[in-house]
Amino acid sequence: MNEWNNETLVEVFPAIWQGFLVVLQVTLVAGLIAVVLGLSVAIGERIGPPWVKRVLSLVFQFIRNTPLLVQVLFVWTATSLYINPEWSAFAVGSAVLGVHYASYTSESYRAGIEAIPLGQWEAATALSLPTHRVWGAIVLPQMMRRSTAAVANWVIAMFKEVPTLFVIGVLEMIAQAQKYQGQHYDGAVEGYTIAGILFLAASYPVAVAARRLENRLAKSHF
Amino acid sequence: MQNPTSDSRPLIRFDRVNKSFGDLTVLDRLSFDVAPGERVTLIGPSGSGKTTILRLLMTLEHVTPAKDPAAEGGVIWVEGEPLSHMEKGGKLVVANERHLRQVRKKIGMVFQSFNLFPNMRVLRNVTEAQVHTLGRSKDEAEAKARELLDLVGLSAKVDNYPSQLSGGQQQRVAIARALAMDPDILLLDEVTSALDPELVADVLGVLRDVADTTSITMLIVTHEMGFARDVSNRVMMFDRGQIVEEGAPDEIFSDPREARTQDFLRAVLAE
Ligand SMILES: Nc1ncnc2c1ncn2[C@@H]1O[C@H](COP(=O)(O)OP(=O)(O)O)[C@@H](O)[C@H]1O
Ligand SMILES: [Mg+2]
Repeated sequence: MNEWNNETLVEVFPAIWQGFLVVLQVTLVAGLIAVVLGLSVAIGERIGPPWVKRVLSLVFQFIRNTPLLVQVLFVWTATSLYINPEWSAFAVGSAVLGVHYASYTSESYRAGIEAIPLGQWEAATALSLPTHRVWGAIVLPQMMRRSTAAVANWVIAMFKEVPTLFVIGVLEMIAQAQKYQGQHYDGAVEGYTIAGILFLAASYPVAVAARRLENRLAKSHF
Repeated sequence: MQNPTSDSRPLIRFDRVNKSFGDLTVLDRLSFDVAPGERVTLIGPSGSGKTTILRLLMTLEHVTPAKDPAAEGGVIWVEGEPLSHMEKGGKLVVANERHLRQVRKKIGMVFQSFNLFPNMRVLRNVTEAQVHTLGRSKDEAEAKARELLDLVGLSAKVDNYPSQLSGGQQQRVAIARALAMDPDILLLDEVTSALDPELVADVLGVLRDVADTTSITMLIVTHEMGFARDVSNRVMMFDRGQIVEEGAPDEIFSDPREARTQDFLRAVLAE
């Protein structure tokens, strides 16, 4: 093994930084999927016809209870063999990661919906409010208040799992460090170190912000 | 027959209504009529089915249907239209959601636990359904809401959230919210039971005003016997889902015939 080298550290940095930008892009795309799909699933499980509820609950239970790594490899292999080999690892990886985390966020949303007192639904019924108002004006605002912090924490957790996509060739930080190592026979340790520091630097402030948001929501009149 | 005969068509008719929760039969062929504009107070021990009657009318519960409604009844009627059922091919069948959506607009309810929407300010609690259920313009709904909030003494609180109000104030907002829908029938289920004693009078005062100044038909479940005596035309005493006795408030409160009514009133007054 090579010894730690500060010069290498400086040289490998641009590559790792490129990887970090990819991680952020994946987080953005997958996070959007996790937030929107998770919400749709939670609502679908509540208002869909019985078969929809059953299918959703089965599918997402399956996703929750199998490893992300297996899902990433499976979907990547399946799409490139049977569907479209042109699809990029970035697109497929982001989608799998987003759907995987939608299975968690949907649980947080669901808990938020279930925590709404029955009296709220009954008052809405007594006022004959149309379904889209019951959801849009009463249920979702009250649910958001309860679920936002939990969902934010899932997105932070997801951010830290982006390196999993390295196995299908998404050029995130680990892949960049290994690529550098492959070309220079040096720099992997330095690269991983930078990756760790960048993860910490990015997720710590976000986690603090999420905690703040949680406290603020708890204190507001609503 | 326990129904008073009235000249006009009844506004509400329970015709041999059954309601069970699993094995528990709460209402067993219950029949009664309520005339337009009548104020009826339902009294009786806890668990006697008073709330169930109001919730059936609000369509929050559904009757346990008879096999042949034409012969056996089991139907709730409002303004001569079936509420629990609907007509289909000349026969009465159990109402679907679309039918319920239509018929429940005539009815408003105030709950024991207020059930204001905590994410909306007071004003919007009162305008929301006016706009989105009745299709009123925002201005019209706001004018109506301000008028009603003034009536219940809460003009100063229109911009507050429910969590910033006392229980009594919240309940008065809930009354304004129900009245804003111009219901023909107002259901009041123990609306002061969750309140601290010093807040009860204000809420009852508002309801007295409403009773004096409108012709809304009211079904009232309450333990406030003074209030019941003042505002109602008729008192029905329930026990185990049956009407034990009914009559004018003076009769029932001063001179009850049935032992069960006497015992119940003694117990309530002793509280
Ligand atoms: N959703 C329900 N499920 C099961 N039992 C119920 C339900 N609602 C009411 N009951 C039962 O029905 C009976 C009548 O209740 P209720 O109408 O609330 O009486 P009251 O309002 O006169 O106290 C009680 O025995 C109560 O336990
Ligand atoms: Mg009750």
